[in-house]
Amino acid sequence: MSDIASAKAEVHATGLAATIGHVRYVLGENRVTGFAFGLFVLIVLAALIGPYVVPYDPLASNTAAALKGPSASHWFGTDQLGRDIFSRVIVATRLDFIIAVSSVALVFLMGGLAGVAAGFFGGWTDRVVSRIADTIMAFPLFVLAMGIVAALGNTVQNIVLATAIVNFPLYARVARAEANVRREAGFVQAARLSGNGEARILLGHVLPNIMPIMIVQMSLTMGYAILNAAGLSFIGLGVRPPTPEWGIMVAEGAAFMVSGEWWIAFFPGLALMIAVFCFNLLGDGLRDIVDPQRRT
Amino acid sequence: MTALPLLDVRDLTVEFSTRRGIVRAVQHVDISVAKGETVGIVGESGSGKSVTTYAVMRILDRAGRIAEGSVSFTGIDVRNAAEGAMRNLRGREISMIFQNPRAALNPIRKVGHQIEDVLRQHAQAGSDDVTAKTIAILEQVRIARPAERYHAYPFELSGGMCQRVVIALALACRPQLLIADEPTTGLDVTTQKTVMDLVVELTRARGMSTILITHDLGLAAAYCDRVVVMEKGRVVETAASKAIFTAPSHPYTKKLMRATPRPGVSLRDLLPEDASTGAELPPAAPPPAAKRNGAAAPDAGNKAPLLVVDKLVKEYPRMKPGAGLGALFRRAVPEQAEAEVFRAVDGISFTVHRGESVGLVGESGCGKSTTSTMVMRLIDKSHGSIVFDGQDIGAIPAKKFARLPLRKRIQMVFQDPTDSLNPRFTAARAIADPILRLGNVRGGKAVRARCEALATQVGLPLNLLDRFPHQLSGGQKARVGIARAIALNPDLIILDEPTAALDVSVQAVVLNLLQELKEQLGMSYLFVSHDLNVVRLLCDRVIVMQAGKIVEEGPTERVLFAPEAEYTRELLAAIPHPPV
Repeated sequence: MSDIASAKAEVHATGLAATIGHVRYVLGENRVTGFAFGLFVLIVLAALIGPYVVPYDPLASNTAAALKGPSASHWFGTDQLGRDIFSRVIVATRLDFIIAVSSVALVFLMGGLAGVAAGFFGGWTDRVVSRIADTIMAFPLFVLAMGIVAALGNTVQNIVLATAIVNFPLYARVARAEANVRREAGFVQAARLSGNGEARILLGHVLPNIMPIMIVQMSLTMGYAILNAAGLSFIGLGVRPPTPEWGIMVAEGAAFMVSGEWWIAFFPGLALMIAVFCFNLLGDGLRDIVDPQRRT
Repeated sequence: MTALPLLDVRDLTVEFSTRRGIVRAVQHVDISVAKGETVGIVGESGSGKSVTTYAVMRILDRAGRIAEGSVSFTGIDVRNAAEGAMRNLRGREISMIFQNPRAALNPIRKVGHQIEDVLRQHAQAGSDDVTAKTIAILEQVRIARPAERYHAYPFELSGGMCQRVVIALALACRPQLLIADEPTTGLDVTTQKTVMDLVVELTRARGMSTILITHDLGLAAAYCDRVVVMEKGRVVETAASKAIFTAPSHPYTKKLMRATPRPGVSLRDLLPEDASTGAELPPAAPPPAAKRNGAAAPDAGNKAPLLVVDKLVKEYPRMKPGAGLGALFRRAVPEQAEAEVFRAVDGISFTVHRGESVGLVGESGCGKSTTSTMVMRLIDKSHGSIVFDGQDIGAIPAKKFARLPLRKRIQMVFQDPTDSLNPRFTAARAIADPILRLGNVRGGKAVRARCEALATQVGLPLNLLDRFPHQLSGGQKARVGIARAIALNPDLIILDEPTAALDVSVQAVVLNLLQELKEQLGMSYLFVSHDLNVVRLLCDRVIVMQAGKIVEEGPTERVLFAPEAEYTRELLAAIPHPPV
């Protein structure tokens, strides 16, 4: 989360007051983006303070109240062990959010840097990075993620790693293309004349210029990262029960759908959908904000 | 002009709705074009000259609209015409040539096919004769070997060739009005001349009218019957082109005329009488003209030259035509046998003395930029030597050179002030970059003070130092670029067409600034340019390059007034001059 925040601070810092005005303009022009920002704030709040404000302990079972539908005391109903689904959905936000943010941060570091270097230096660096990306792309991505988690073990770190690896080609390619365009730009030549070494030009001059595009990419893949983590948990390769996590909760609830207890799978699924939806909308909105064409 | 004019624009006002409210790009403009007449619209960037013609074609983008006035073309009310009627008008009756010919052509279609598309679209040819007609059109625009070029893709043609194809496209349907929007910006002078001669000849032969939009007064004077001068969205003067140049009446026209470099004037003459460059000259600074008349700095002769370039060669490997995978897809085009290497720079030798400015002149592709980049040590040479102040810097690989102390002593001002500034750096940060890397000033306050001193020196207001490049005007960005180049007190500055992207009045100021800085700081300039008029103003000596070789070299006055080489004469003859 801090990553996104600092990334956004980046965008803000560059244009100062003008950019803040620009953001306000885009949000005002585009209500959908404003709505997505609102959702985003809600999700962040749930992740931050959710565990302290929920009405029930998400792990406490109460067999007397098992499989109750939504009611005033249990807004989202209870599951087969009588746990409050509302509390579990809210508490799960933090874990899913952490997985998504850290995997996106990790893939930004790996894919973004490798891609920028490939685009800027070309030659062997480019060949190696591009072939790695091609190799990853050659697998069905979810199957690859399953394989990685199955091989390395069923931990949160490995879910993060697997999600990062399957997203690697997306970042590497975007960063490579953007760096490649700027490789011979006048300001890069000027930086050479000023005595900057190649590494400094790459990190200090080229990378900041492609950050806006990378931030859009990060927002767009956040949704995918959440889905991926939930998907892994759904098939039993992710977080283990009884930890509250949207994917597991959907998996657990799926068995009860046929018998009419729809709420067990429905509410975590809804949370998942809203989160993914929010990040996708946010990505579109961010693209408008960072697109220089709209600044004229 | 007894009959109805072909195009009659009355009281035209065009508005753009932007975030900051409504912007009136064109205000109360009246322009009329008679049949067979060539009208020039002249103005600097932002004067609304292009927007006026977009309104005539009704191709304003979504934010723009015609707020007031009328546009009538052969009696048709363009402002209120249906979109379908306009579509018929565009291309068949009014056609347009754009500034960048490469962007105007579809990069993945053969040029022949693109011309065929237009012919078919307006039912000018059937499938049996369309190829023959296309080749005939290519021949009309003087494309050599038209049957072969028919199969060429735009990237295989030079800029001038592409512009000819665009002209062919524009004229294919024999329109009545041709709008040429800066048709030769970015082309070499000799190409400009042939392209403009071609346009005039073809339009005359067909009795067409032409609107020529340009920022170049000389060009407008040479090719137009009447000239309309625009400033900030308004027409300030309309007159026959002869009259406007002999007796400009509006102050803005006078200012433009004055700022245009031409034979027989000095740098100072380009500036309005009351203006200064903004550079803080020390009170004892010698008047620029005095020093320039001495041809070279007095102390230049008795010292060793600063830069000696000897038999410098840059070779690029060239793929044999038809080699590789491309051969599978490309139709076999008979091409002459070519050498395996291409010599962009072919054994040139010259010297630059201390305090001297040397002009390196030639058309695109002559190797002048390659030469300057090699001297700059941004790319490596193939053969030859570059000796700077006694050291063979040509032997140091370009990659290593960036961090050597020698780097400080050779700096550069780039052609495009926008492209050469990092969009994420403020002006102050851009100027500070060389100081931080190579300078001996340390500490935030000291660096800032140095930046402010430099900004004052180049006449950049200090309150602009914290702005980003997109918040600065072209002239201000040029000043930032110059401040960055002089930040380390270099001995040699390479100026790579530093004013090519600027309006003439800004160019006049920047050229004067460069001259003043040179005198203050005792630097040498290697001035790379295609514009002989500009070179004449700033340089002591001129080197003329063609196809990687030096064809002529000598003192500026001698080379420009009594050229020895045929090529130099050709270059000089191609510059359009106002009829003074």
